Amino acid sequence: MRPAISIVFFTVSSGAGLGLLVLMTLLSSLSAVHWSAQQQRMGGACAIVLVVAGLCASTLHLASPHRAWRAFIRVRTSWLSREAVLAVLVLPLAVLWTWPGLVSQSLHAALGAVLAVLALLLIYSTAMIYASLKPIRQWHTPLTPLVYLSAALASGGLLTVWLTQLEGASAQTGLVFVTLLALASTALSKLAYWMRAARMDGATIQDALGLKSAAQIKLLDAGHTHRTFLTDEFIFRIARAHVQTLTVMFWLAGLLLPAWLLVWFPQAALTAACSCLLGLFAERWLFFAQARHTVQLYHGATQV
Amino acid sequence: MKRGLVIDLDTCVGCHACAVACKEWNGDSALSGPLADYEPYGAAPSGVWFNRVRHYETGVYPENKTVNVPMSCMHCEEADCVTVCPTGASYKREDGIVLVNQEQCMGCNLCTWACPYGARELDTASGTVKKCTLCADRIDDTLLPPQDRQPACVLACPAHARHFGDFDDPQSQVSQLVAERGGVTMLPELGYQPVNRYLPPRNAPKVSVMTTPDSASLMHKVSGWINKMIER
Repeated sequence: MRPAISIVFFTVSSGAGLGLLVLMTLLSSLSAVHWSAQQQRMGGACAIVLVVAGLCASTLHLASPHRAWRAFIRVRTSWLSREAVLAVLVLPLAVLWTWPGLVSQSLHAALGAVLAVLALLLIYSTAMIYASLKPIRQWHTPLTPLVYLSAALASGGLLTVWLTQLEGASAQTGLVFVTLLALASTALSKLAYWMRAARMDGATIQDALGLKSAAQIKLLDAGHTHRTFLTDEFIFRIARAHVQTLTVMFWLAGLLLPAWLLVWFPQAALTAACSCLLGLFAERWLFFAQARHTVQLYHGATQV
Repeated sequence: MKRGLVIDLDTCVGCHACAVACKEWNGDSALSGPLADYEPYGAAPSGVWFNRVRHYETGVYPENKTVNVPMSCMHCEEADCVTVCPTGASYKREDGIVLVNQEQCMGCNLCTWACPYGARELDTASGTVKKCTLCADRIDDTLLPPQDRQPACVLACPAHARHFGDFDDPQSQVSQLVAERGGVTMLPELGYQPVNRYLPPRNAPKVSVMTTPDSASLMHKVSGWINKMIER
């Protein structure tokens, strides 16, 4: 699949913002951390900016953005519609939670808990947009939402660690542990995702053409002289060297460096968060670039 | 009612007349036209097509065969392109035809990803996704004589490789063709239950072909060598 930069940016940026929102509100609602008014404003603003920037980027890929308001209609069947509805629920509630004094102290804890649940559901529905697509075998697995949720909580966790240190306090052991857990979960789920993708059991060109008994089928002519919408959208080839560079970037910048910094230099949490985001950009770009759609079979691929 | 097409891969000659007739009819149709052409007279012409014909070779010489495969929307019974659509622009009619309301589509492209066949294309000129309508505006038009109330691709096919009808009616021509010739669907494993059926190529009688002998005789080799020398 063609990796659209707007979508790569959207999933990583809003994922980190929502991860931050989940941990920030949960820690506060469980009374594990008491945020000062300044921290609350700063953290909430950071989360909202990351989510809004992502959402704005995502509308860039719409061919008719003036009709984006229609996306709230099909909540019953469409994950994209669910995502849109959850996004417009989460953002105003996040503003209410962030701005000190807008809601009473008792209501604030309840609001935080609701917000955390909705934010988690929002990350899940974003992932399910991709995981629900049967023609892309690599995406059609529960591992996809697992990777998205883990990556969002890992990057959001690093940002939360940074937030706790804003007023000189040292990082909370519990929070550091949760963040490390999220980093480990990202690593394991992505590893499982890649191992599953490497298995060669996708549909074949025989399945695609309904000619099951043909021993060998090859494309003679795709019927068009130049690129088409289909070749632009579904046929994307990346050099092996490119894949290696981006994979290394994901492991080093996305996971190992942040984990190492978190354990030994927790005061460098912001650097760790930025590094993690960089690695996740590489991971998300590969998520799209390495996915193979069944349309490729009609253009000469023998198996997806 | 379950309307769709039967395409005979045995008789299709791969002339692209169906694709051109489709482009012509739907380009003028109020349902989804005009269909954009990008750089039509430029160096790399491209555009929106509802029907694309591809050509494949099956088997290995001398047992090989060319198979021409026209593809358009399969009007699936379990059409995921409709369920993933967030705006409600994509819908399925009572008679099974899958359509896109051009006034409601926001061009998010998700339905094109959900379609395993590449039957939907984004028209960047109108900013909407377009697809085969099974010429709904022709088959519904009671002003046309009955024999003309068929999709443009079916009427244009010079080899009579395309047939249109109702698959729910066991007496219809399409149902009988499928039963008689063992019509198949594409990618049934995905569970979309595509309606369009393809009639597989019949096994053609083996054609005798000229083969070169494995080991040429000594005389043959010598004369060949002499000929080469003389040519030099």
